[in-house]
Amino acid sequence: MEKQMENQFFVDSEYLSPKALEKKHQLENDPSSRKNHMEYLPGMEQIESDVCKKVMSQMNSYDYSRYTAKDVKAALEHENCTIEDFKALLSPAAEPFLEQMAQKARLETGKHFGNTVYLFTPLYIANYCENYCVYCGFNCYNHINRMKLTMEQIEHEMKIIADSGMEEILILTGESHTMSDVHYIGEACKLARKYFRMVGLEIYPVNTEDYCYLHECGADYVTVFQETYDTEKYETLHLMGHKRVWPYRFDAQERALRGGMRGVAFSALLGLSDFRKDALASALHVYYLQRKYPQAEMSLSCPRLRPIINNDRINPLDVHEKQLCQIICAYRIFLPYVGITVSSRESASFRNGIVKIAATKVSAGVSTGIGDHESKYTGKESDGTEGDEQFEINDSRSFDKMYQDISKDGLQPVLNDYLYV
Amino acid sequence: MTTEDKLIIGGHEFHSRFILGSGKYSLRLIEAAVKDAGAEMITLAVRRANTKEHENILDYIPEGVTLLPNTSGARNAEEAVRIARLARELGCGNFVKVEIMRDTKYLLPDNAETIKATEILANEGFIVMPYMYPDLNVARDLVNAGAATIMPLASPIGSNKGLATRDFIQILINEIDLPVIVDAGIGRPSQACEAMEMGAAAIMANTALATAGDLTLMASAFRQAIEAGRKAYLSGLGRVLVRGASSSDPLTGFLHD
Repeated sequence: MEKQMENQFFVDSEYLSPKALEKKHQLENDPSSRKNHMEYLPGMEQIESDVCKKVMSQMNSYDYSRYTAKDVKAALEHENCTIEDFKALLSPAAEPFLEQMAQKARLETGKHFGNTVYLFTPLYIANYCENYCVYCGFNCYNHINRMKLTMEQIEHEMKIIADSGMEEILILTGESHTMSDVHYIGEACKLARKYFRMVGLEIYPVNTEDYCYLHECGADYVTVFQETYDTEKYETLHLMGHKRVWPYRFDAQERALRGGMRGVAFSALLGLSDFRKDALASALHVYYLQRKYPQAEMSLSCPRLRPIINNDRINPLDVHEKQLCQIICAYRIFLPYVGITVSSRESASFRNGIVKIAATKVSAGVSTGIGDHESKYTGKESDGTEGDEQFEINDSRSFDKMYQDISKDGLQPVLNDYLYV
Repeated sequence: MTTEDKLIIGGHEFHSRFILGSGKYSLRLIEAAVKDAGAEMITLAVRRANTKEHENILDYIPEGVTLLPNTSGARNAEEAVRIARLARELGCGNFVKVEIMRDTKYLLPDNAETIKATEILANEGFIVMPYMYPDLNVARDLVNAGAATIMPLASPIGSNKGLATRDFIQILINEIDLPVIVDAGIGRPSQACEAMEMGAAAIMANTALATAGDLTLMASAFRQAIEAGRKAYLSGLGRVLVRGASSSDPLTGFLHD
């Protein structure tokens, strides 16, 4: 197998104090200076669950080089896709069968979702962060404009987004328990309920009681990206902060469901580690949790690594569009009933193509910065009080443009299919 | 003497025995269902109608067509009741199709919760059409709870697999005095025809049309199949047909000699 290139993640900002730099370098170079990533921190709820063990044992024993064209053909012929079939579809042996996979995926998508495509937009309300995750633009050592919106500013942003026609919003924050605490996020959810039909959250993992509180505030869907299911690799990428604790993150969706949320979303950030294993684990995380919580709605995202401010060379390595398409088709065939979200990290042409095959949800009118919807939506000059972006997006189409493009392709854009009950 | 063959649900008369299901909506689908399949009743997912602008499904519904709001998204009786009340507030009328699912994979109805919701809503004056898994005991409970019809599934929703529960639906048709409307899983006109021959009162379908190559043609095929099945059922004097036509030369004729 060819040797993989590695991303060069470490960037030293000239604005860091010598003391901060010293700490940063120590974290980067001396593994013993880092906390045990498998150990819970005080205050983190530990739940009894067998889901993690099931997912990890499948992932660890997955040898994708073992699968052949025969296995892939069998998988494509089976009416019900088993875990073994799914493993074959994710393997390199399936690459020559991509068109057949896409055909089958499209049939499954049609059966469960018809020709509908859901639209949503993210709203970042704060970008303060206490973690050092080396690939993320918000990481605490990255020199960017930090900002936390006030409730008035949040409402202003929400009005602008709602006026564009959007009815579903995903509220995001950096991972700072002090700058964007649960109460602050809850108040933002209450505001969002006034302007949107559906409120989702993509924030740091919290305990069951906090999910319960956020649900009462109006949120009903929780997205947590595991980033990578490869715990050893995870340890080398998330060097400091709450996010470093891998198992607490893994159980986040289960705590969210126990807290009363209607649905949960999952993902690995493709390009961080072995993408085939990460894709397998992401889908099995959904699969096993669905068996345990059959009433829950589930969806998968499939983000790839993107460049960030101060490091424009970050890229998804060996996960090219072709591989991404293979993963998404395999997801659809294995889990025909789950939503699949493709974000603005991907190009317009890729997103136009993939919604015809398997994706059921796309973002539009996206900004990953803080407080910049007015300047981005209306062209009004920014007053310079905006927070920097988490990563560079690729598809910058507005809500209207996305709506038109989807309709033009004979698909039906859907703004809401949801009731908060 | 012939009397007009009407479908009566909760005191309302319908000439058509095709009902458009919810799920996969488009303006073209609704048009074809009404014009070509003859639908007089169209299901509406309240959660999909819960939208501000752009293409609100409510705007698609032609005049004279009865709306059948459904409670999809409800995971228990309480949520179904709340959604039904919301539908009434939205001006959707008194019909409601109770759909309660606590399984997002197969979308199978929860019969126990459906009975509870049916009773509450029937008491509030709704014309309740409960979607259910074909179980005779549950169907009887639904009748007692005040249901206006019984709507057993033919096979998993969206599967186009046809009458997988055929024998159990036949039992409901035989034993329940309310109209039995076959819902979910009907994938082909021939399957719709078969259900009508069995004595089903009407057919509800969506995916079979929505995923057809030629929507208009498929809609008219459904209309003809449903009409053919109905005629066959009526011509066979009810249930006799499915058990074989009676002999013109009675086997016991000798007893009268």
